[in-house]
Amino acid sequence: MMLELRGVTYRYPSEDFDTLQNLSFSVEEGEFVSIIGVSGCGKSTIFRLINRLLSPGAGEILVGGHPVERQKQYCGYMPQRDLLFPWRTVGENLRLPLEIRGGLSRSEMRAQVEGMLAEVGLPGCAGKYPGELSGGMRQRAAFGRTALTGSKLLLLDEPFSALDFLTRVSMQEWLLGQWQRHRQTVLFITHDVEEAIFLSGRILVVDSTPIRQLTEVPVPLPYPRERTMLSRPGVVALRERLLDSLRKQVKEG
Amino acid sequence: MKQHISNRGSLPALILVALLLIGWQAAAMKVNAAYIIPSPTQILTRLWELRVPLFTVHLPATMLVTAVGLLISLLLGLTLAVVMDAFPLARKSLYPIIIASQTIPTTAIAPLFVLWFGYGIWSKVLVTVLITFFPIVITVYDGFQSAKTEMEELLCTYGATRIQIFCKLKIPTALPYFFSAIKMAIPMSIIGAAIGEWLGAQSGLGYFSRRMMTQLDGAGVFAPIVLLSAVAMLLAAVAALVERAVIRWRGEL
Repeated sequence: MMLELRGVTYRYPSEDFDTLQNLSFSVEEGEFVSIIGVSGCGKSTIFRLINRLLSPGAGEILVGGHPVERQKQYCGYMPQRDLLFPWRTVGENLRLPLEIRGGLSRSEMRAQVEGMLAEVGLPGCAGKYPGELSGGMRQRAAFGRTALTGSKLLLLDEPFSALDFLTRVSMQEWLLGQWQRHRQTVLFITHDVEEAIFLSGRILVVDSTPIRQLTEVPVPLPYPRERTMLSRPGVVALRERLLDSLRKQVKEG
Repeated sequence: MKQHISNRGSLPALILVALLLIGWQAAAMKVNAAYIIPSPTQILTRLWELRVPLFTVHLPATMLVTAVGLLISLLLGLTLAVVMDAFPLARKSLYPIIIASQTIPTTAIAPLFVLWFGYGIWSKVLVTVLITFFPIVITVYDGFQSAKTEMEELLCTYGATRIQIFCKLKIPTALPYFFSAIKMAIPMSIIGAAIGEWLGAQSGLGYFSRRMMTQLDGAGVFAPIVLLSAVAMLLAAVAALVERAVIRWRGEL
C-alpha cells in the first residue's frame, strides 16, 4: 500500500464545520488515481494533509506503511500554478529539491538535472529563465522539479487547469506517457471529468462536504490509452454520470 | 527598441532643464548681484576656481561621512528587517518605534548631536543614519514579506528549514526591494551628510557652502551643492547599473 488515510478528520480553524470527517481511502503502489469534485469541496485539503502543510485533527496518514510525521520527502507535490522561481534558471529550479535534501555534489546535481530535463522534453533549457518558456514547457519543468524530489508518490493538484485547451490535451498525453514508462504512484486532483477518465485507472468522487467518503469509480479502459477510446459507449455513459453528479452538487451548493 | 524609446522619453526633460537654465541665466544677468542670485555660468566658473580645495579636501570629507553613514544604515536596516521578518513579536514592538522615529525633525535636533559627539565625523554620521536607515528597514522588510506563501509551502513540502526558506526564497524576493532602498538611500545619505556639516564641521561640502555664505559668495554657496547633486546622480546611476546586472526578472513575479 502506497498511501493510506485512516479516519482522518480536519477542520479549518476559521470554520465551524469539518472539511474532512473520518475519511479513509487508500492508493496502491503504481496506481494513477484522480480525485474529482466541484471547486471548494475540500479536495485540495486532502493534499495539504498528505504533504503535511496541515495536520489532521484526528486519524492517521500513512505513506509506504509509515506515518508521514516521521518521514521526509516522501511525496512530490505539484501545485496548480507552476511556481517556478523567476530568479532561478530552469536548471536551478529543478535543482531546488536536491539542494534542500543536501548530500549531493554540484556535478551530481547537474547530472540529475540534465537527465530530468531530457526526460521532460526540455533538453538544453537548463540556462533559460522560466519567463522564456511557454505555459506547457513551464508545467513540464515544474513536473520535472516535482519528480526530482525522488518520491514515489506524486500529488498533482490541477496541474493543467491554467493551460489553453490544446496545450492541456497534449500535456495530458505527455503525462500519461511519463506514467506508463515510470509507473510512479500518482494522485491527481481535477474538476475536468474527461481529463480524469483519460488519465486514471480509478476515480474518487467527492460528492459532499464535509468529505466522509470518496465514491470509487473504476475506469473501464486498458492502458496504453488513446484519446479515441473516450468515445466508447461505456465511457460516454460514465462521463455523463459523473458530470451529472457534479452538476447536482453545484446546484445544491 | 526599449533603449530607443527611453532616450526619446528623456528629451522633453532635457529641453525643460535647458530652458530653466537659460531663464535663470537671463534673470541673474538682469539682477546682476552674484551674492543674491549667481548665474549658472558664474557658478561653473567658481566651481572651476575652487576645484582644488573642493575635490581634494571637502568632497572626500563628505563622501567619508556618506559612506560610513550608509554602511551603518545598511547594517542596522537589514538587521532590523531580518529580525522583524523572523520574529512577529519583534515586528510588533519595533515597527511603531521605527515609524515614530521618522516624525522627529532630525535637522532641528542635529545641533544636539554636535554637543554630544563634537565636531568630528560621528555627529554627521548620526544625522545621515537617522535619515537613511528608515527607507532601508521598511522597504527591505516589505520585500521579505512579499515572498509568496505558495512558494514557501512548496519549499516546506521539500523539507526545507526556515534558514533554507530564508536563503532560497526570501532573499531573492527581497533583492529588487533592496535595490529600490539603495537608490533612495544614496541621495538621502548625501543630504544627511551635508546637513550635518552645515550644522558644525571643519571640512566637507556642506561646511564649505556655509562658509561661502558668510563671505556673501553666492556662486561659492552653489558650487559645492552642484557638486553634491552630481555625485548623488552618479552614484544612483551606478546602483541602477548594478541592479540591472543582478536582477533580470523584475516584474515577473
